[in-house]
Amino acid sequence: MTKPESEWTWKELSIGNVVLEPGNASEYRTGDWKTLKPVLNKELCIHCGLCYIFCPDMAYNLNEENYFIADLFYCKGCGICAKECPTGAITMVLEEEEK
Amino acid sequence: MTENLNVFAVRTLTQKEYFSPGHRSCQGCAEALAVRLVAKALGRNVIVANATGCMEIVSSPLPYTAWRVPWIHVAFENTAAVASGIESALKVLMRKGRIPRKKIVTVAMGGDGGTADIGLQALSGALERGHNFLYVCTDNEAYMNTGIQRSSATPFGAATTTSPVGRVQMGQITWKKNMPAIAAAHNIPYVATACPSYPIDLVQKVKKAADIEGPAYVHILSVCPTGWRTAPELSIRLGRLAVETGIFPLYEVERGQYRLSVDFPKLKPVKEYLKLQGRFRHLTDEMIAEIEKRVHAEYEQLRAKAGKGS
Amino acid sequence: MAKRIGMEVSIAAAEAVKQANVDVISAYPITPQTHIVEHLAELVANGDLDADFFCVESEHSALSVCVGAAATGARTFTCTSSQGLALMSEITYIASGLRLPIVMIVSNRTLSAPLSIWNDHSDVMSIRDCGWIQFFVENGQESYDHVFAAYRLAEENSVLFPVIINMDGFILSHVIEPIELIEQGKIDQFLPPYQPVHQLHPDHPVTMGAFALPAIFAETKKAQEEALRSSMPKIIETWKAFGDMSGRYYHPVETYQAEDADTLLVTMGSYGETASVAVDKMREAGRSVGLVKIRLWRPFPFDDLKKATLHAKQLVVIDRAISVGACGPVASEVKAALYGNDQRPSVYNFVAGISGRDVTPSDFVKMVDKAEIEIAEGNKEGFEIYGVRG
Repeated sequence: MTKPESEWTWKELSIGNVVLEPGNASEYRTGDWKTLKPVLNKELCIHCGLCYIFCPDMAYNLNEENYFIADLFYCKGCGICAKECPTGAITMVLEEEEK
Repeated sequence: MTENLNVFAVRTLTQKEYFSPGHRSCQGCAEALAVRLVAKALGRNVIVANATGCMEIVSSPLPYTAWRVPWIHVAFENTAAVASGIESALKVLMRKGRIPRKKIVTVAMGGDGGTADIGLQALSGALERGHNFLYVCTDNEAYMNTGIQRSSATPFGAATTTSPVGRVQMGQITWKKNMPAIAAAHNIPYVATACPSYPIDLVQKVKKAADIEGPAYVHILSVCPTGWRTAPELSIRLGRLAVETGIFPLYEVERGQYRLSVDFPKLKPVKEYLKLQGRFRHLTDEMIAEIEKRVHAEYEQLRAKAGKGS
Repeated sequence: MAKRIGMEVSIAAAEAVKQANVDVISAYPITPQTHIVEHLAELVANGDLDADFFCVESEHSALSVCVGAAATGARTFTCTSSQGLALMSEITYIASGLRLPIVMIVSNRTLSAPLSIWNDHSDVMSIRDCGWIQFFVENGQESYDHVFAAYRLAEENSVLFPVIINMDGFILSHVIEPIELIEQGKIDQFLPPYQPVHQLHPDHPVTMGAFALPAIFAETKKAQEEALRSSMPKIIETWKAFGDMSGRYYHPVETYQAEDADTLLVTMGSYGETASVAVDKMREAGRSVGLVKIRLWRPFPFDDLKKATLHAKQLVVIDRAISVGACGPVASEVKAALYGNDQRPSVYNFVAGISGRDVTPSDFVKMVDKAEIEIAEGNKEGFEIYGVRG
């Protein structure tokens, strides 16, 4: 895990402030920005992958059952996937408050 | 419709991502999607130089990075020059045997401001010098990072914070600078336009551009919900409408030869595209007619260049 | 001892860049830097130097090309003057922040307006705070020598800062001087190929130039500041190693007839030689005058300067630039260095020779005369532009 910026001392920074862990932004949760979350109706899904390819946040991943499922840790709730789904299999629903 | 516009071929693309999730772009940012697709197309053997701008800021807040490939940000206006240095260093170090010989693609990326305005000189210099690199402009038609100020790529009529709708002036009073034509005028081997609403087309063009020896330029229209005052879920649809109305035609210029990636015998009315966007809300019917007239004329010019003149 | 050859100082500097076996050279033409890049272009065109040479479309791009190339692991060189340096200014700060060991020769020239192609230090003073190690050289030999010292120092893993070699435009750049060239074998030993700590390459994908939120920015600056300050011992060590190789030893602050002097001239750059002639003349006349030459401008050698000057009664600091509305920049630094001492010399500051106006040994004598009189009359912090009419 990368320490958040407020915990670094100057001695710990690499020369030139080079970030040495490629893609460590993936530790950062953007999922709590959303108010709506995508819900998939598997009966309507044709596994085309449009939700996956049009997601600006790389939230969609193929699961073992061959469905693309949104990772809510990253999903910002933009609704592109629901809008672009050719069969209307995805609906955006109000996200419940995290307990 | 040609194969590369068939969006249902997405499963033929690699699932590897070289631009990681956790980046901090706005909801529905098609520019982040463009960057994601460009990174996907390029794969791992690449070095990216990124201009200051939205994509730089959302992807690199120290100590985090969304980049899984080597990446550098230096300043706003010099990205093509930085890429020139990278490309040159790779060439010399391989020639001198200090790093192993292999194909590493040098890519420069900038927004419309970093490309068509402040970075134009450095870009022109790098294209003229003939560096073997790819320049990708992700064009969201204004300075979104600083708060939606107009650039030379902002379209006629669009309201921005520095081309506001006032009592005597209605939004941007100038026409969008034709950046792909400027790139093509350098007689470089490859110029293309693309849009993430057509992901297969975009990926194929980026791959082609990366493979070509010499400078290549890809101009990507990138819908910005924040700056365009549009609903985030409409970002893909708006890109498609930009293409279908002829406002942003998809084409390639390969060694001087123009080719339309998709040609529409009948363009959709520009109003369908404009009416969905808050930045065009104030447009009068006369202004819309003026825009349409110009779009159609430019589209016909492009068709003529591609050997499809009527 | 190797033979001395008469050659133009710019050509000697370019020959040093060749001997340093640089990989990428990028520059934009500006007087009086041009002879350096012209000669490098020739060396590359003739196959005498295996490097990429780019005459780019601006100085801003010239340094940006070096930044990209250095970040990829290449040894890079650029040079400029005046307006060119001003245009580069933005990237000078970034090259230091990214800790890239670029070496640049600044063939010092006046900044506009009015436009002037002649020499002074106003160009480099405009980027005084950019975080590069900065040398001033006094003659052609030093211009040549400092190229090697600059690369070795810049590329030290514990240093990793870009270096500027300030060489007075025309006064040095366009004159022919006897230069002792160093054998290539010795240079190769002194300066092995650059081994970067971090480098842009797909085998180890790093992110360079990430932006910093306020929560971490101060830490990045502290790291840079500490690193530049603590490069001082490495600078001294590098000059020592260079001296052992070449027989010519350099120091952050150098003195001439200074140990027992009541009045000390303080100069930077090519003034040193002229001022030493003036000192000889004044010594012959029985006056207690010496000379202190500042070679290292950044990091500023506060301790060395104090050691060299605290015993004197008065310093006559000759600046070749003016901080309009304040005084000469060298005088500011000198005063800051002395301030903490209860017993300290008075500092009289002349700005002289701006835009290349000749300053002869007798001008130095006149400045010393004037300063001694003024100080004796109680004007202990005088500042004036020397030789102005009216």
